Amino acid sequence: MDFSLSEEQTLLRNSVQSFLAGRYDFDTRYSTINSETGWRPELWREMAELGLLAAPFPEALGGIDGGPVETMLLMEEFGRYMVVEPYLETVVMAGGLLRDAGSEAQQEAHLPGIIGGDSVWAVAWAEPQGRYNPADIATTASASDGGYVLGGKKAVVEAAPWADKLIVSARSDGRRRESKGVSLFIVDKAAEGVNCRDFRTIDGRRASEITLKDVQVGPEALIGELNAGLPLLQRMLDEATAAICADAVGCMKALNEATKEYTTTRKQFGVPIASFQVLQHRMVDMFIATEQATSMAIKAALKLDAEDAERERAIAGAKVQIGQSARYVSQEAVQLHGGVGVTDELNVGHYFKRLTAIARRFGDEDYHLRRYARTG
Amino acid sequence: MDMRFSDADLAFRDEVRAFIADNFPPELKDRSLYSMTRDDLLAWQRICHEKKGWAAPNWPKEYGGTGWSAVQKYIWNEENARAGTTPTNAFGILMLGPVLCAFGNEQQKEYFLPRILTGEHWWCQGYSEPGAGSDLAGLKTRAVREGDHYIVNGHKIWTTLAQHADWMFCLVRTDPEAKKQRGISFLLIDMTTPGVTVRPIITMDGAHEVNEVFLENVKVPVENLVGQENDGWTYAKFLLGNERSGIAGVARSREAIRKLKLMAEQESVDGEPLLETPGFSRKLAELEIKLDALEMTELRTLAAESQGRGPGPESSILKIEGTEIQQRVTELALEAVGHYGLVFTPPGPEAEAPAIGPDYTRGVAQRYMNMRKTSIYGGSNEIQRNIIAKMVLGL
Ligand SMILES: Cc1cc2nc3c(=O)[nH]c(=O)nc-3n(C[C@H](O)[C@H](O)[C@H](O)COP(=O)(O)OP(=O)(O)OC[C@H]3O[C@@H](n4cnc5c(N)ncnc54)[C@H](O)[C@@H]3O)c2cc1C
Repeated sequence: MDFSLSEEQTLLRNSVQSFLAGRYDFDTRYSTINSETGWRPELWREMAELGLLAAPFPEALGGIDGGPVETMLLMEEFGRYMVVEPYLETVVMAGGLLRDAGSEAQQEAHLPGIIGGDSVWAVAWAEPQGRYNPADIATTASASDGGYVLGGKKAVVEAAPWADKLIVSARSDGRRRESKGVSLFIVDKAAEGVNCRDFRTIDGRRASEITLKDVQVGPEALIGELNAGLPLLQRMLDEATAAICADAVGCMKALNEATKEYTTTRKQFGVPIASFQVLQHRMVDMFIATEQATSMAIKAALKLDAEDAERERAIAGAKVQIGQSARYVSQEAVQLHGGVGVTDELNVGHYFKRLTAIARRFGDEDYHLRRYARTG
Repeated sequence: MDMRFSDADLAFRDEVRAFIADNFPPELKDRSLYSMTRDDLLAWQRICHEKKGWAAPNWPKEYGGTGWSAVQKYIWNEENARAGTTPTNAFGILMLGPVLCAFGNEQQKEYFLPRILTGEHWWCQGYSEPGAGSDLAGLKTRAVREGDHYIVNGHKIWTTLAQHADWMFCLVRTDPEAKKQRGISFLLIDMTTPGVTVRPIITMDGAHEVNEVFLENVKVPVENLVGQENDGWTYAKFLLGNERSGIAGVARSREAIRKLKLMAEQESVDGEPLLETPGFSRKLAELEIKLDALEMTELRTLAAESQGRGPGPESSILKIEGTEIQQRVTELALEAVGHYGLVFTPPGPEAEAPAIGPDYTRGVAQRYMNMRKTSIYGGSNEIQRNIIAKMVLGL
């Protein structure tokens, strides 16, 4: 047993750390999230040049052969800096699906664009009525003109305002919530019939409500086999969940450092407030919550390639732990900062919002508790 | 023991209920305080004042208040919460009014009290400073007497809705030599005086609710001193006692839970209403039980108050439990709306557009963020626990 990083992994982490340290200070991020577009395409290109967008792909596909641990390392740093750019959606989610289930032609057509930073993707899997269940799909796909025609509504599609390509889950057969009959399609965001209503998310990112009306796609748009998309989707969502667990860990560590720093310098009643034992214990509990979250995030990453039930249980357990830890750490960090903790000017509130968002991405505690219990 | 209201109290409740139903402008129902104009915020108070003389539930009758008993005030709050009316203005009516009634001189009462009632004057509370939050008595804003004026210099912060304010009641240091709590005075400052600058602070929910107020050589006439010089701490403590009554917010939480249930009925988890899922219904029941307990605790304080035993340090229980319940309601609402909890709609033009998800999801995330303040302000919940430890348990 060994939880230490390899030399390459350490190098990767160092390089992303120094990359972000020089480019992602709080003020720069602040003006980015409040800008018209809400992200930095030029930074995305730099990330591509550094090879970060190639991390989870095999060398044969132009990648650097990284796996879940590499994704975890990167995501933890992205969390620490609250990176808004669509690494999760483009590289981990869409890229992961194409890597695992794309045809050779699809991989050739699309992976270079992702790895090279030329193309941004978003995955439209959730629906307004479906909460967190990826099988609860009312969007339909029917055969037409040798391809398919799609119609329906997709909810809170993160990063969609920045994307040029979408992956859309739709029902080509079966009833709502049935596991068979789900198919995955590549859709040009500019295609006729794709309508987006863009909005801001609480953590300073952007998302869209997407309406699909008679959207025609060709046969080459189908990922994997017809009606067999759900296991692919589920596997990909689990990989994404593991990734945001690491993101949350980065946020929590940053919050704990900020809280320690603040409470040891802030004085009330003539002493640093960190000298009050009640606050010390709270910070100890924040620390413990973060350690427990870290453990489960590591477990999630290491179990991603296990068989389905084992993987699902590890992911569900991690998401529950991360949800609980994130809530505790974010609420206490704000509380211990007092008034400044609730302001928009300080990073603490921004971490609070990011952790609040992560806690419900890909399913909240109740959703994953049920999943965990089911797989036990 | 008897937990029923008297017949007279019940008749009073019916009267209040009917008055609200007939007079509260429906377009103001449940609006967010931080997106309302000053006139909107004052509209309900003005109606109560003009039609019934009911603008100030907590003032003595002789000054234009209602002179209500503790139970009547409770009923008034309860009925207003049920109806989703605009909450009573905290600063002028709930806080400053009683201080002036008790400690103000005749001219101050005559000039200020009627203007509070009509809403001609909006007041803000200038207590906290960057270096004096929980340790309020550590405040540094200095007032130096020069002839018939004080010259005030200092920096106040977290001043709620100072952007609307005409006046600020302010704690200032008049005797820097005296021990901390001594040497503080209670001054009334006209916000239009040269040297007063208000800078907005935006909170993480995107709202403009609080401000910094800079005071630079502000000339305040000596007649705006309340009570005795250097006795300000006494008045401030008196005011805090008033601030804490009604802080439990039981009726408002009850109402918020009712709305939460409506949301959870409409959301469905794999075909089953969220409200009926074991996980969610259990959390909701636990919360309601906490609220039931708090309601009884508040009624017990109320009964004691009616028998002449004023709200003591026990009122800290109401503050702690009340705010934690309010926070929990917004947390469960956020949980209820699923993905739509990610939608950020800062106040402004975007907030007026149709909601991104179902209508009931609008603003849910912002409310969750906004309510984090409740365990920080009004004496943080840690400070309240210190008070109970010291004053109630004698530790
Ligand atoms: C939204 C909002 C509105 C407000 N409106 C007003 C207003 O209108 N007018 C006004 O004057 N003020 C207002 N306040 C200020 C409020 O009263 C202060 O924020 C509060 O007193 C806490 O002070 P602080 O922010 O400086 O935090 P600090 O006092 O620095 O506290 C930081 C943390 O340390 C803890 N702590 C401090 N001392 C102790 C101790 N002895 N033991 C244990 N823990 C301790 C606190 O509980 C808190 O968790 C408002 C605040 C907010 C957030």
